[in-house]
Amino acid sequence: MTKPRIRWHIGLFLAPAVAVYTAVMIFPLFNTLRLALFSRVDQERVFVGLDNFRTLFLDPLWSDQFWNALGNNFWFFLVHMLVQNPIGIALAAILSHPRLRFAALYRSAIFIPTILSFVIVGFAWKLILSPIWGIAPGMLDAVGLKSLFQPWLGKEEYALTTLALISVWQFVGIPMMLIYAALLSIPEEVIEAGEIDGVTGMAAFWKIKLPLILPSIGIISILTFVGNFNAFDLIYASQGALAGPNFSTDILGTFMYRTFFGFQLQLGDPHMGSAIASAMFAVILLGVCVYLFGIQTRIRRYQL
Amino acid sequence: MKNTASLGILAWAALSGATMAQDVTLTIESWRNDDLTLWQDTIIPAFEAANPGIKIQFTPSAPAEYNAVLNSKLDAGSAGDLITCRPFDASLALFQGGKLADLTDLEAMANFSDVAKSAWQTDDGAATFCVPMASVIHGFLYNKDAFAELGLEVPVTEDQFFAVLDKIKEDGTYIPMAMGTNDQWEAATMGYQNIGPTYWKGEEGRLALIKGEQKLTDPQWTEPYATLAKWAPYLGDGYEAQTYPDSQNLFTLGRAAIYPTGSWEISGFNTLAEFEMGVFAPPVKAEGDTCYISDHTDIAIGLNAASPNAEAGRTFLNWVGSEEFATLYANALPGFFSLSSFDVPMEDPVAQEFVSWRGKCESTIRSTYQILSRGTPNLENETWGASVAAIKGSETPEAIGQRLQTGLDSWYKPQP
Repeated sequence: MTKPRIRWHIGLFLAPAVAVYTAVMIFPLFNTLRLALFSRVDQERVFVGLDNFRTLFLDPLWSDQFWNALGNNFWFFLVHMLVQNPIGIALAAILSHPRLRFAALYRSAIFIPTILSFVIVGFAWKLILSPIWGIAPGMLDAVGLKSLFQPWLGKEEYALTTLALISVWQFVGIPMMLIYAALLSIPEEVIEAGEIDGVTGMAAFWKIKLPLILPSIGIISILTFVGNFNAFDLIYASQGALAGPNFSTDILGTFMYRTFFGFQLQLGDPHMGSAIASAMFAVILLGVCVYLFGIQTRIRRYQL
Repeated sequence: MKNTASLGILAWAALSGATMAQDVTLTIESWRNDDLTLWQDTIIPAFEAANPGIKIQFTPSAPAEYNAVLNSKLDAGSAGDLITCRPFDASLALFQGGKLADLTDLEAMANFSDVAKSAWQTDDGAATFCVPMASVIHGFLYNKDAFAELGLEVPVTEDQFFAVLDKIKEDGTYIPMAMGTNDQWEAATMGYQNIGPTYWKGEEGRLALIKGEQKLTDPQWTEPYATLAKWAPYLGDGYEAQTYPDSQNLFTLGRAAIYPTGSWEISGFNTLAEFEMGVFAPPVKAEGDTCYISDHTDIAIGLNAASPNAEAGRTFLNWVGSEEFATLYANALPGFFSLSSFDVPMEDPVAQEFVSWRGKCESTIRSTYQILSRGTPNLENETWGASVAAIKGSETPEAIGQRLQTGLDSWYKPQP
């Protein structure tokens, strides 16, 4: 028996990716976690252990903001799960219908907002919904529903939901594309076998296709979760770093930005900012773990 | 790291031609992106003509992001040579952090009064670190044509002010007042800090607040919120989602009659508005009361302590402190009033009206800027949200005062 050779080339081929990933992801991540354990006292950086987290979770001035941001984040996520993903699945189901004409056109049209910049989307919607120059009041007026119009982005009770729906509009193309690809990969024979057994139309979707695309839906859910809890751009572009009105659209991303970099007269505090970033990381890690161990292992997979 | 960078720049400078070899380029960090053309067309050519060998580059960023951007640039060592200074704590922190150079011995400092320099000094006044450029005054711009059309008189007292608003609203041609709450800072800066000094008697109240002799729960600090609450019916439909540019446009397009503002708008509005603009001071409570105005030391310029071109930088700063600059700046940017001791002649009538109040009224600066916004929660930022809540009526003035005072008490211990 000869000893198995050490395969150096594997390490060699992995090295560039590992080096780049370490430099731009792993090192900053751990450095952020480390920074959260320090504080600045009289121009000196001192180690304070978990003090920043104690302030963040127990000092009412900080914790109110933190829980408000976290709560808003969950609502933002919930709107995406309840609106974006079902619509995405429905669109994919319709698009994959063999007799639909201009499918490619619809597919591109729905996907285009996804490739637009947040700044453009935020600004365009702000203008559309503007009570002064916007087309939304005029359009509602044309169908006699002017009374329904509200300055949505300026009202505490609607602003966050409005922004979540704008984000849904922008990103609905992603679940649609992923589900569409999953639906196309279902072999024709399975559907035909179902038809022979009398399962057609809507029943075919619920009983055959849906169970087969369930793993894809799981992946989409976790992508939505991570994306939403890292969200920042849209809120910042349309409402600014103070996430108005009265912090009703403040999510963890904007809270972190305000604290870390400072805003107007508020000076930046990299240490508290890092503490918030670490908390964000923990929330996302927890969510992903729940998904990986609680849900993904239980999803039944079918060999096609 | 930095040495290689400067070597690189040197090499590039050497390569770019022997005639240019001695030129020093100074970069200015600023939040005044509105003034880009003014700097490029007027100020920089004037300086470069008088000082061959020094080139100036003006590189502004967006106002709301300026502090964050500047702080990161300074930490990274990539900030420009000259730093436009926000008043008080933001700049003081930079100086204490060793980012801004000490300019106490700069010759041009002799041209400024102590009050003018106070916003850019250490608390004991021992060191000055920025050359004061300008202050801004708050007031109410109005559409003179609209006032003439509706037969309105310029209001002096608060009752007259609301009577005028009522008349404009009744007529219906114009939105009485252009202000939105979407961007929040307008409500605080153009609302609370504009009308407030009349209530807390300017410097008297401001200093008492810092000393701890007055509280934000006292009537003189909560009453302005009650007055702001009365503004809501006179703001346009959907003011909750109206942004700062929206308000500017509503006024300059002639759709709104009154615009609560600061003098910094004059130069921009002069080119946009097709009607004649006038301005009136914040109304007083009763006829004959002393009027108070917010004459806020707003902008100054300092030297990056890490700048390799400190010598050229000081030359430029001395020029900023000169009469030539004061005259250039005040006339190119009517509404930014020089803080220097020179008697600067101004041509713009609206700017003249603004500055004339300095003789009639007591001047003060914004109440939240000195010392009180040093901690977290930040009183200035809190005041933004508070002023919006007052206008929308979602919180009572007393509750607002209580909330702000509790936040302030959590980190600020007044020094009696």
